[in-house]
This record gives sequence, structure tokens and C-alpha cells, in this order.
Amino acid sequence: MNKIIKKTNLSPNVIQLEVEAPLIARSRKAGHFVIVRVDKNSERIPLTIAQADINKGTITLVIQTIGVSTRKICALNEGDFLSDLVGPLGKSTHIEKFGTVLCACGGVGTAPMLPIIEALKKAGNRVITVEAARTRELIILEEEVRKYSDEVIIMTDDGSYGNKGLITNGIEDVIKKEKVDLCITIGPAVMMKYVTLLTKKYDIPTTASLNTIMVDGTGMCGACRVSVGGKVRFVCVDGPEFDAHQVDFDEMIMRLNAYKDFE
Amino acid sequence: MMTKEDMLALRNESWREELRKKLKNKERASISRTHMPELNPEYRSHNYEEVNQGLSLEQALVESKRCLDCPDPQCISGCPVGINIPMFIKNIERGEVLEAARVLKETSALPAVCGRVCPQEKQCESRCIMNKMGKDPVAIGYLERFAADYERESGSISIPKLDSSNGIKIAVVGSGPAGLSFAGDMAKSGYDVTVYEALHEIGGVLKYGIPEFRLPNEIVDVEIEILRKMGVKFHTNIIIGKTISYEDLHDAGYQGIFIATGAGLPNFMNIPGENLSGVLSSNEYLTRVNLMHAGRSDSDTPVFLGKRVAVIGGGNTAMDSVRTARRLGAEKAMIVYRRSEQEMPARVEEVKHAKEEGVEFMNLYNPIEYIGNEKGKVKQMIVQKMELGEPDASGRRSPIPIEGAIETIDVDLVIVSVGVSPNPLIPNEFKGLNTSRWGTIIVNQDTMQTDLSDVYAGGDIVRGGATVILAMGDGRKAAEAMHVGLQTNNKK
Repeated sequence: MNKIIKKTNLSPNVIQLEVEAPLIARSRKAGHFVIVRVDKNSERIPLTIAQADINKGTITLVIQTIGVSTRKICALNEGDFLSDLVGPLGKSTHIEKFGTVLCACGGVGTAPMLPIIEALKKAGNRVITVEAARTRELIILEEEVRKYSDEVIIMTDDGSYGNKGLITNGIEDVIKKEKVDLCITIGPAVMMKYVTLLTKKYDIPTTASLNTIMVDGTGMCGACRVSVGGKVRFVCVDGPEFDAHQVDFDEMIMRLNAYKDFE
Repeated sequence: MMTKEDMLALRNESWREELRKKLKNKERASISRTHMPELNPEYRSHNYEEVNQGLSLEQALVESKRCLDCPDPQCISGCPVGINIPMFIKNIERGEVLEAARVLKETSALPAVCGRVCPQEKQCESRCIMNKMGKDPVAIGYLERFAADYERESGSISIPKLDSSNGIKIAVVGSGPAGLSFAGDMAKSGYDVTVYEALHEIGGVLKYGIPEFRLPNEIVDVEIEILRKMGVKFHTNIIIGKTISYEDLHDAGYQGIFIATGAGLPNFMNIPGENLSGVLSSNEYLTRVNLMHAGRSDSDTPVFLGKRVAVIGGGNTAMDSVRTARRLGAEKAMIVYRRSEQEMPARVEEVKHAKEEGVEFMNLYNPIEYIGNEKGKVKQMIVQKMELGEPDASGRRSPIPIEGAIETIDVDLVIVSVGVSPNPLIPNEFKGLNTSRWGTIIVNQDTMQTDLSDVYAGGDIVRGGATVILAMGDGRKAAEAMHVGLQTNNKK
């Protein structure tokens, strides 16, 4: 049982929870995720860790309402408990001084990108973040993103905030302006697919953090499998980050929709 | 562990001598083996009720008479944990069923589980003297289950005797059969044992893998409760190597660590269409149903309710999956196995039960491709007909494709059950732990000690995919060796 210490609404259907998890707060690194089970009838779902506070013994999770389980989580309040929380899972982000790193995040993908931005900056990289959303009120964690980014470009589909356009427009502007050594992308699968197509065109090494369906999250079930470079890989133990240019996004998107009819 | 002399001394106790005299061996051998009462196949294939109903007291008393109480009982050497089999059976014969249960618990932490899922026909029962006399072996497994169930239902469950506490902290990684067996033995020897489990339930494969109709969770929970009463502590939702590191365990004062994380990663065949939706591993399918209770109205976890289900493989897990599919409403539930029934690794009883429940066996067929609909959901499988060739390295005749013999079969759910590979999580996180080229942890076969002197390992993380009882045997062996090691160290 893990107690919810703080609940913040980030946008109409995105909430941020600060949850008691002292062991995970201490052992997690950028890129790690956790598996949450809200109550005894709930699914086990993967959520990426946005932030951690070792002193308070808490981790921060950002959740978008998309299905039964996320609706249940979002309905919880401060003082309530998550039935089960396990982690940190997956491999942490490989951090070193690459030079200029472009962090391309969309929607709630900004939350897991946050610790990566921080770690990259601390490793001496120039960090340019392109954050995108459909509209102004869906842009989350902007202040936190700005704290560790050298430059932040906000893109909205409707132009209600930042620049009008898709994330790929923002990325292409950066690429045309300066040399980018690495791109990291986290967000909806379709978005990552198009980011990847673009960076492939410019031959920029790209890492994508995948958020697939999982059950146990420890390598046991294989629900999270993806094709990377023609080989089957498990997101939970081999990932969640992969060489984006090798990921079969179309297959991944098809697999993400496998249980859609059940919702 | 009990020596041959100890066993002989117990055999020479007067009650056993008298019992032996009561009936002539010829009379004992003339009793025919009892049959396990089972639920009606049509009824049971629509629910999760346990198929085998267990022997009645009358049946057990008769069956126990069939055991000749041999001077050199071979059944014991066929048991991976070395249960004193004649001793417990003779206690049943004299009507001391609770004492029989106590004898079982001296060596096995999970008798009610083993009595249900052990392949006795390949172990203890295969060595029974009755076989040599041209008779069916004593139903040791049925009797084991009977004694354990009798004790549980009597309400007077005995807790094994514990040595006085030595205060030495021991960590167990994983709460499946290997971990539980190890924990039980170490607790008996006076250690302060803590079991860490990654999932939210204790029991490992006994909970997420083996279905209710073969092993009810309630039975597992009772055995776990006994371990708790013996002082074993359990922590769920902890991943050793991630949540808590090897170094953390040292810092917390743990002097011995037993790794029993099981065989994690499901194998796939790497054939076209295997990543279509509706094609999943037996681990995923069974975990959804058994651990997450998918298919029940109060569970949020979804599961595909296939009408035409193909399960690929011929092991016990394949049988568990196909029988689960029947219970979830499959009209056509098929086993697709590339060899013939003779080579099938599943227990004879599982195959029999599956057939009774209407499962179709497509033996000597191998899937070569899956075809999906416009949404990427599987709709057909293409299978290759096989024939048996010469025996391969495993001694089984290897299947060879018959050229041109290809069929297409409509399916809406495919469950791949072709084995598992060791989970790399622990080997990746414990520096200095060596693994084989298959990813299994390398241990000294006599002691189960790894290349890290305070770390022992057993079960499927060492074997790569075996049975509950072999895992339990490893746990016992490791406990004995670790106990000896720690006693020697602490005397220095």
C-alpha cells in the first residue's frame, strides 16, 4: 500500500500524484518506470516515474485518463492508497555527454522526459526541448522543463500557445538551425513514429521510450513485445528505450489497440 | 536430512512391524489401485472447480494397504525432496492421518501442492515395487494429497518443530516452489527468513501459472500461512536487484541469499504474424486469468475470449492454457504439437483430462505463419504437417516437415506455449554471478551455491524450465548446504 501525498491537476485529464515509495525514490534513475495496481480488482499498468524526492521518500507519477485503470487512479485523492506499486523497472536512460540533445516530447510524455532532461543537462549537454500538445491547456510541466533545458520550443496544433504546428515542425526548425547529436522522443506512439521518420531523414541517432501494454512488467508475460531491427524485444526488461530507427511503430500501434474493444 | 539408518530404525518400530504382519504381501498386491474421483467433464469444462476431488477416507485406507513397506523403499529415491513415503503411508493405514501429514511436512513445505501437481508417475510411483510385480504402483500422490487435505480440513494443522532461533538473517528472492521450500527448511533450522516477491501475490507459478481447476489458490495460501506461523516474513512488490540491491541486502545484515526467481521470459517461435494481436504467450494468458482473474465480472484485466483457440506446445503449461480456454468459452480448443502424443512432455493425467473436456489434439503439426485481419487481429494459422524421423539428442524422435502438406485453419486466439528462458534481471544486477549460455545461473550441483559465496540459487532460474517438485528439491538442497556453510563460518 502506497499513500498519495499530493494530487495536482496538470490539465483537464492529466493529474500528477506524489506517492510514498521510499525504496523506489532511492533506487530509481531517469528512464525507469513502475507498475501500479490501484485496487484488488485493477489491472497492473506501467507508468513512468516523472520525479523522485529521496528525502521525502516519494515519487511523482503523471497519469492521463485513457481507460478503466487510469480513470480509477485519477479518481483517487490525497490520503488514499495505491494497492500495489512496484519498481523501478526497465533499464535506465543511458546518460553521457553527447553534445546537443533534442528532447521531443508530446502530451504526458513530457513527464517521463523530465528526469532525462535533468540528467542530460547535469552531464554537460546542451538540451533543446520541443514540447508539443494539441492545445494550450494540455501543455504540462513547462516550468520544470525550462529549468533544465537550454532552449524550449512549445508547439500546439491549434497555435493557442507557442508556435502553431506539429512537433515535427518544431524539430525540423531546430535541425536546420544547428547540429543535433542525439534525439530522444517520448509521447504517443504515432507522434514518435513521425519524429523518427524525420530524424531518420536527417540521419540523427534517435532513442524512443516505448509505453506498451504490460501485465507483470518483469519479463514474464511478453505482452509488451515489439520488433526492433526485426528482432522481438521485451519493452519491460530490454527497454523501455530503443533505437527508434529500428522500432516497428506500425506493429506497436496495432498491438497497443489489441484490447481497445474491452474499454 | 534423514539417513538410511534413521529410516530403517523407524521401519523397525513395533507398530510398523505389526502392521506389516496384518496382511500378506500377496494380499496387499491383489488390491487394485484406487481411482481418483473427478468432476464430470462436461460440467467442469465451464467452471474453475478443482477437477480431482481427492480420495475419501475409505479409499485412502484401502490404498494405503497396497504399500508393502519395503525394507529398501525405492520410492523415496524417486522423490526429489526425499519424503519418507512408507512412513506416511503406513500412518494412514493405522488411521493416524494427522501423523502422516506431519511426516510429509518434515521434508516438504507444500504437501497439498505436491500431492496435486507432482508428476508422480515419473518419480516416486515409477520406482514402486508393484511395477515389478506387474501391478499398478501405489497411488502415492493421491495419498499425499489426502493426508495434507485431511489435516487442513481437520482444523488442527501442525507447525513443524523449529530449532531455537540463531538470529542469522537470510533473504529469499522469489516466492515460488523453490523459494518456499528453501524458506521452510531454513526456518526449521532457526534462521530469520525474509522472502521477497516481485508480484503482488505470494506463490509464484503456483498462483500465476497453475490454474484453479488443478491447484486452488486457497490450498497454496494455507501452506504459505504455515510458513508465516513458522516465522517466515513475506514482502510483495519488491524486486531484488532493482528496488533493493545486492549491496543493500548486505548492508541490512543478510548473511545468505537464495535466488529462486524462476524461468521468466516466454519463448516465441519467430514465425511471421506472431506479433499480431490475439497471439500471446501462455504466461501472459495464464497470468491474466489466474493472477489477475481476467474473465470474472469484478476484474478490470481484459482477456481474449477466443471461440477457436490454438495452443502451441505439448507441455503441462499448454494443457493448462487449452483447458482454461475451454472454460472461457472456446468452442474449438486445439493443441498443436509438432511431435506425436508419445513424445508429449505433459503429464498423462493432464492429457487425459484435456481430451475428456473436448480439447482436440493436432499432433504432428507445426505452425509456420499467422494471418491477421485488417485490424491486425489473428484470424488464421498456417500449419505444416510433420512426420517422425530419427531420435534426436533428447532421445525423442524428431519431427520432420512433410513437403507440401500445409493446411490453413481459422483461429481467433493463439497461445504460444513453447517453453521459457531464464529471466535476466538478477544475473544483470548481481555483479559476479555467472550464467550459462542459456542464461541460467551456474551453481555447484551438490550445494546450489553460485560463484558469489553467499548466494545460492535453485529452481527454474538454474534449470531453465522444470517442475514444481524439482524446484522444491533444489530449495531443500540449498538450505542444507547454506546451513552447513553458515555454521562452519560462524564457528571460525
